Amino acid sequence: MLEFTILVPAVINGLLTGSIYALIALGLTLIYGVLHIINFAHGALLMLSLFGVYFLHSLAGIDPYVALLILVPAMFALGYGLQRTVIAHASHGKDENVLLVTLGIALIIENLALFFWRSDTRTIDVPYAFDVIDVGFAFLSVPRVAAFGAAFVVAGLLWVLMTRSDLGRAIRAVAKERHGARVVGIDVDHIFAMSYGIGTACVAAAACLLLPTFYVTPQVGNAFVLIAFTVVVLGGMGSFTGALVGGLLIGVVESLGGLFLGETLGQIGIFLVFIAVLLFRPTGLFGDRA
Amino acid sequence: MSRKSSLLSPVSRRRVLAASAAGGAALAATTGLPRRLRAQPEPIKVGILHPVTGAISYSGQQGRAGALMAIEDINAAGGIASMDGAMLEPVLGDAQSQPEVGAAEVERMNEEGVTAIIGAFASSISLATTQAAARYDIPHIVDVGVSDQIVGRGLTNVFRFGPGFGTIADSALNNLVTINEAAGSPARTVMIIHEDSLFGSGLADLLNARLPDYGFEVLDTISHPTPTRDFNNVVLQLQAREPDLIIPANYYNEYVLLARTMLQQRIQPKAIYSVLGGAASSFRFLEEFPDAAQFIMDCNHWFDPANPAAADLRARVEAQDLYFTYEVFLDYCCVGLLADALERAGSADRGAVTEALAASTWDGHIMPYGPTAFVDGQNQGARPVNTQIQGDNIEVIFPEEVASAEPVFPMPERG
Repeated sequence: MLEFTILVPAVINGLLTGSIYALIALGLTLIYGVLHIINFAHGALLMLSLFGVYFLHSLAGIDPYVALLILVPAMFALGYGLQRTVIAHASHGKDENVLLVTLGIALIIENLALFFWRSDTRTIDVPYAFDVIDVGFAFLSVPRVAAFGAAFVVAGLLWVLMTRSDLGRAIRAVAKERHGARVVGIDVDHIFAMSYGIGTACVAAAACLLLPTFYVTPQVGNAFVLIAFTVVVLGGMGSFTGALVGGLLIGVVESLGGLFLGETLGQIGIFLVFIAVLLFRPTGLFGDRA
Repeated sequence: MSRKSSLLSPVSRRRVLAASAAGGAALAATTGLPRRLRAQPEPIKVGILHPVTGAISYSGQQGRAGALMAIEDINAAGGIASMDGAMLEPVLGDAQSQPEVGAAEVERMNEEGVTAIIGAFASSISLATTQAAARYDIPHIVDVGVSDQIVGRGLTNVFRFGPGFGTIADSALNNLVTINEAAGSPARTVMIIHEDSLFGSGLADLLNARLPDYGFEVLDTISHPTPTRDFNNVVLQLQAREPDLIIPANYYNEYVLLARTMLQQRIQPKAIYSVLGGAASSFRFLEEFPDAAQFIMDCNHWFDPANPAAADLRARVEAQDLYFTYEVFLDYCCVGLLADALERAGSADRGAVTEALAASTWDGHIMPYGPTAFVDGQNQGARPVNTQIQGDNIEVIFPEEVASAEPVFPMPERG
């Protein structure tokens, strides 16, 4: 079981899967970092994006990677609109209300999806879905390698946005001290909605990169959102580096757990890591000290 | 409140008058109805219980579609003749892919006064629903649920139309030996990949116990949950152990994901030989992923390809934009089985229907079974067939009297 020929490809598989977790967690951590809320609608928005990719491909013949250009702005707009029109109004400025509002949004989106699209499992068939890169000791799936690369690109773009742009500075200002930000003339409601929009756009990007090798059902978000929360806590709430490293780490833990404990028990590893982090480093790997 | 009523009142008086006039006319019409319609007998409520949401919803929805088609057909043909043409009325249930939800649905169906229940696809769910139905003496026809525990508990209300996995495993192993010997016995080692609920684990235990008797060595048995999102680790282990035969036993989604990953990682066994493979004899799988499906053999529920009624049903199912999967035709047959029992019982009484089912010798189905004969709830004639995906067809390769093609074994290089 401990053979090198299995171990190395398993770690690589974990890193490839982990990059998708990282991408989903990046959006979640941004929303947490600014809004200080746990966005329960994250999984439902991922599912919605996956359906978007599916229908763009099956009805209009648009390749999932081309769909990035459509879905990322579309989901950004949806996220922006959701925060501006629903979440901000319904929460009356209280964090614990936001929690319930996002949970409600998740329930509504999921059940509408179930109603309109039934719980069929849907996949798309793209010509490169089976393509592999032979690196000698493993066959790497091309779409998964693409997702891996894209996760780093997105993380890089977010980092540039946050550190080099006015928007980024405003987001950081709101995250640190929202009343102070308002005093110096930052439109806080706009920044909230921008953050939610960007977080949702990250999920759209993840969906485009995920569907070539995955499937979509109305319940698909649940599996990912639980892991994304773990990644965010592991990496440190609100930390981009943390989300990226945490995602990759969780991917590897899941992969090795599956290998050694069997697929049925494999996910135990993820939650053991989660508990260990909470016990020994509650702020996460890259989180600010509380 | 007062504003509302003042706004409404000017219209409402006229409306009330108009409505009462219309009501009176309708009442007159009712009493004037032709006798035949007024004498319409009470419809017979039939519980149609499947996991139509959740992890195995695809199969549940297929099963429900098959059952509903059969009910429509029976009603269109005049209902149950011995009961003055009483119609069948489906009472739909959703087990949400969870046994306990299935059992709760049985309680609800009992409240609604169903005569019988048909369902519930998965073994684990059927085990729970049959037991719940037994409490109210509701006859329960099991459409698929292959675990032999389902009919092995002495419950007199349970009837399984299809074969159980004891029969299926025997058949699968005998056919495997025949295929292997005919090719000069190139296959010796086996790996089993199964889902971890009652269906997959039960089957894996059975195969593990019996494969050595047939001269095969089981290198490893790998279980996985439903749903599973990634099979790369499982396939890595296949790569390292290089078994001659790979035996998957899982539900549709996981089967497809596993088959695609095996093709992607260039796994080249002598055969992929599934026993009740979730997708292995599915036209949908073949159409969506023909490369990953090529040459996969399966021992599964299948219609009698020589029966013209089967071809007719297939055309009608496909005309509805559905795939003709085993869930569809097994559930279609189960409703026929119930209708035959109702016809003979001449009553919607649960006890009478149970007795009629127990004495059933029905041969109006499209399966390669012969007339039904129940012993301890199990239809004795029920048997699986072996299929193989060859080109763009699913061919029957065993038993010989219904076969439509010769097996291709060992399988040629794919991908």
